[in-house]
Amino acid sequence: MDSTQSFQFFNRGPSPAVRLVFFAVLSLLLLFVDARYRYLESTRSALSVLVSPIQRLATLPGVLWQQAGDFFATQRSLADENKSLHQRHQQDAARLSQFQALQQENLQLRKLLALPQRGEFAAQPAEIVYAERDVFKRKILINKGADANVQAGQVAMDDSGIVGQVTRVYPWLSEVTLITEKDHAVPVQVLRNGLRTVVFGAGDTSRLSLRYMPVSSDIQGGDVLVTSGIDGVYPPGIPVARVEKIERDAAYPFARVACLPVAGVDRHRHLLILSGLPRPPERPAEERAAHNPKQKQKK
Amino acid sequence: MPYRDHDNPEIQRPASNTFIVSSVLAALFLNGLPWEGVWLMLRPDFVALVLLYWCMHKPLRVGIGLSWAVGILADVADASLFGQHALAYTLLAFGGVVLHRRLQMFDLRHQTIQVFGIFVLTYVVYALVHWQVNNYVMWPYFLGCLTSTLLWAPLSILFQAMRQMRADQGIVND
Repeated sequence: MDSTQSFQFFNRGPSPAVRLVFFAVLSLLLLFVDARYRYLESTRSALSVLVSPIQRLATLPGVLWQQAGDFFATQRSLADENKSLHQRHQQDAARLSQFQALQQENLQLRKLLALPQRGEFAAQPAEIVYAERDVFKRKILINKGADANVQAGQVAMDDSGIVGQVTRVYPWLSEVTLITEKDHAVPVQVLRNGLRTVVFGAGDTSRLSLRYMPVSSDIQGGDVLVTSGIDGVYPPGIPVARVEKIERDAAYPFARVACLPVAGVDRHRHLLILSGLPRPPERPAEERAAHNPKQKQKK
Repeated sequence: MPYRDHDNPEIQRPASNTFIVSSVLAALFLNGLPWEGVWLMLRPDFVALVLLYWCMHKPLRVGIGLSWAVGILADVADASLFGQHALAYTLLAFGGVVLHRRLQMFDLRHQTIQVFGIFVLTYVVYALVHWQVNNYVMWPYFLGCLTSTLLWAPLSILFQAMRQMRADQGIVND
């Protein structure tokens, strides 16, 4: 019996096949746990401390290139930019004073109506460190993480509209899923007539779509979609998208509506992270028990 | 300095641990550079290349376990699911360790052909996991296999030269 076993001078541990099976099973287990339950976020953030220096280093060539470009910007282009910014500042200042008056008036009216106040929310600026290196994922990483009290679920926007939502927080970084990510949904309203709907990302770089819009619904090209705020995640009234094209085909029950995001979802380097949004009131108990999501479509 | 591999084995000097670790870190760095668009599709997997090189040349030092650990780090760096890179690199290392004697019999041209098979296997595993989770196959990524394979010969020559340089330190060359 013993003679059939091969004699080993040196003990080299288990054979490659045994190791392969062990580590393959371990990987599959991790995959299953990570995909289903998301238990491993703390491990991930601990390991990210090891990896993030390398990642920071890898963004350095790009940053240096950009700085060199900035350094060689001509005086003329700077003067032009200064002039246009000055003009814009004047226009904005005029609009701002108007806006402040309107805000005061709005506050007064809301008090009169005894409506819950739309809370002021704080915003902190963040810089994009790098974009996800997977062409099929629409995610970016920003330089504010748990150290700056960023929490998953917070909203990221730029100066013109919603960009995305914080989905994962590391010690010094956080991951923002863009609204153009495939199947990412944002509840919106048409600014013109208050029609409520949901806008979905198409997984493309710069395209959103409205699904389940009846052919007869009142929507036009150029309509602006703003957040409705009824989800409790996005604050109400922030622009999300503009309707670009509508295809109404009587053969299909729904119209095909293509939109473009208002914000520069794939352009800027700086974003604002909103915090301190008012919490929505708790769902009433009996309604929670008989929770039955009904698709409400206004016509 | 001509490249010799199998024909005179005494030229193979030991590789220091620092060299192995720094090569893996450099590979993670190269993978992390801001690749975009077409370049991202053509990006060779430097980590896979370096791991396969060490699994083939130093199978007792760099093996399946270490490759798995590097794969976990790659998963964190890439924000992919835990185990996606790890599983692919485990198979890669298994291929390298099991075939290391056979691969070292060949010259670089024939090695390249064999190595292509191992890379394709690695990418298939990675793409399969991706398909299971996301329900679509990333066909363009298979281009990365080709570029990785094309880099095999330059990488082998470079590492061999660097290992010789390290060994020659202190010897006067004329």
